[in-house]
Amino acid sequence: MTMKPAVLGAALLSSLAAAASAEAPSILVQSTTSTQNSGFYDYILPIYKSETGVTVNVVAVGTGQAIKNAQNCDADVLLVHARAAEEKFVDGGFGVARSNLMYNDFVIVGPAADPAGIDGGSDAVAALRTIAEKKALFASRGDDSGTNKAELRLWDEAGVDTKSASGGWYRATGSGMGATLNASVGMGAYTISDRATWISFGNKGDYRITVEGDPVLFNQYGIILVNPEKCPSVKADLGQHFIDWLTSPQGQELIDDFKLDGKQLFFANANR
Amino acid sequence: MQDFSAAFGLAFGLIASGDADLFEIVGLSMRVSLTALLLSCLIGFPIGALLVVRKFFGRGIVIALVNSMMGFPPVVIGLLVYLALSRAGPLGWLGLLYSPAAMIIAQTLLIAPIVAALSRQVLEALQAEYDEQFRSLGVSRGSAMLALIVDGRYGLVTVALAGFGRAVAEVGAVIIVGGNIEHLTRVMTTAIALETSKGDLGMALALGIILMSIAVSVNLGASALRAIAERQAYA
Amino acid sequence: MPDTVPFAPPDKPDKGPPTPRDRLLPGALRLDRLTLQVAGKTLVDIEKLELEPRSVTVVMGPNGAGKSLFLRLVHGLIPPSSGWVSWGEVACGEATRSTQAMVFQKPVLLRRSVAANLDFVLRRRAGSRAERRARRDELLARVGLAGQAEQPARLLSGGEQQRLALARALATLPKVLLLDEPTASLDPASVQMIEQIVLAASAEDTKVIFVTHDVGQARRLADDVAFLHHGRLIEHRPAAIFFTSPASEAVDAYLAGRIVL
Repeated sequence: MTMKPAVLGAALLSSLAAAASAEAPSILVQSTTSTQNSGFYDYILPIYKSETGVTVNVVAVGTGQAIKNAQNCDADVLLVHARAAEEKFVDGGFGVARSNLMYNDFVIVGPAADPAGIDGGSDAVAALRTIAEKKALFASRGDDSGTNKAELRLWDEAGVDTKSASGGWYRATGSGMGATLNASVGMGAYTISDRATWISFGNKGDYRITVEGDPVLFNQYGIILVNPEKCPSVKADLGQHFIDWLTSPQGQELIDDFKLDGKQLFFANANR
Repeated sequence: MQDFSAAFGLAFGLIASGDADLFEIVGLSMRVSLTALLLSCLIGFPIGALLVVRKFFGRGIVIALVNSMMGFPPVVIGLLVYLALSRAGPLGWLGLLYSPAAMIIAQTLLIAPIVAALSRQVLEALQAEYDEQFRSLGVSRGSAMLALIVDGRYGLVTVALAGFGRAVAEVGAVIIVGGNIEHLTRVMTTAIALETSKGDLGMALALGIILMSIAVSVNLGASALRAIAERQAYA
Repeated sequence: MPDTVPFAPPDKPDKGPPTPRDRLLPGALRLDRLTLQVAGKTLVDIEKLELEPRSVTVVMGPNGAGKSLFLRLVHGLIPPSSGWVSWGEVACGEATRSTQAMVFQKPVLLRRSVAANLDFVLRRRAGSRAERRARRDELLARVGLAGQAEQPARLLSGGEQQRLALARALATLPKVLLLDEPTASLDPASVQMIEQIVLAASAEDTKVIFVTHDVGQARRLADDVAFLHHGRLIEHRPAAIFFTSPASEAVDAYLAGRIVL
């Protein structure tokens, strides 16, 4: 009687483990909420699978967490958007090599009422400074994601101390892009989003893009194979094949072809 | 903001059209939570019965401990399981992270204490009734535990329901250890979280309605079972 | 001091006079300076009592006399505050309890079928499955429940429930059968059946200790009677003498149906 639960439990777990590992070839990609929420993976992964038979499993978290998970060897490939952090990851020996994959840009979105009066601008740093001066509400990811890192860099350039304003007009949600957009719409705050997530976001309310087109809003995505020397569990061949495919002319063309409401969401720029 | 009737319509439309993705997600939710529940009952019932049958030293502390584990935040359990199952963690060699098995482990850790604590409460009343008779008959502790579990079966169904409800509705732990991977570890709650963050509130609500309907039907089934038990004076 | 006389069993042909070897039989109860205190109150205080191993001893006394506590003390379900209980020279404990069976005033039945209630006890006895089934059917027939084997036990009438409890007690093949007012508020047919079964068990050399406050029942069953009052043993005498010439005012009053204070 006392043995039974343990034996049963062990049997169950091992059968589940077997089921998990016995499946068709698959790789694990740690990536960002922006790529997932925009529907990019729903578009491109079925194509890859039909060509190669390989299932690509995507865990979508903030860039910071994605990098940490990959450092724990819980990934084969890393696809994120925070160049400095990516290069540090490769320099630390966790990744084999980094290549550019694609880009889009960040946009500052806000309510139609435009309490800070920044609508139509193209200077992101100046717009943020105005938001701070008017103490208009601003929602930050606050989750060490790629978008969050880019946003903090802009505040830095604007010379605004967001730490002391946090909880006041500056509100760090500590969640993904979609959740932060929901929160912004909910409380009438400005926020910075990548364009792809913004276009595909389904709960816009009366929100619109207020600032765009500033070169500082450039958003580069990179792709890295996790280093099999550090992490023996990495499926280096399958992972590298996926990277090669995405950065090949064919993959790049597919990225450019991904459109929502007639708008292109990502711009392929591998090897550029 | 989408209105509720639209969400209901979407929910019924999804069910009626036999949406394959939906049924896959519901199926995985059920598989994960029911397996976790089974394991939790195999662990929790004997612990609950043991705490009732054996008046050992420090029993009060153990009961307080088990009771307080009922309130453990799922996220913390998810984090602990992540750290254990990560390739860099002590159990990384199992390769279980981001698999249904990892979600089952997390949910089991989450609800086994609930099942143990609640089954102790249910069996306590039964023990008060049976104790003298069992001692008179010279029933061994193991047999007494088994008899309490068998005879308390209808009360324990309610306990299992509470555990199942918590498991199937939980999102914090499974999203960390499962990763919300499509066609692999995406369950009802993580799908709802994803649809919400996509701003697709209608779809999120539709999934929520389906999840609640499942919870309600499971509870109705259990109530029916209990009614039968009461008619036979077995409850 | 309790007013006791040397035990002389009434004229029942199947039981001879006690021999020295009898005190070694598992049904021979001896207790010495037995007390039970709860929260500073003395609930049982019996200086000395010896029971013959094969007789039917009826324990009587008004409500609150400590009859049920007495039964639990000698069965070993509750430990005494002081004193000593032995059965056949073996100190009261798990070993002696395993040769005894107790029937409680309110039957405690498992939430299962009638048959399963017996199987619960029979399962732990030796013998093949077929033998156990035969034994079960025999017991059910003996208590008049043969036709109700598959019914939920807790849907039986009060009398049927108590008969099932008695059958379960007998399933353990006890050397000692302890009964705590088993027929209080039961239908006459069940009372009669239970009394017959108890007497039959006694005829097979099972020691019976039967608590009751029904004087008529005591007369029908008793070989000897122990009368308790306020936790003390007032009299312990052969039934014939007990009922015809009570030695104490309390017993006299009790038998006459007067209130005993």
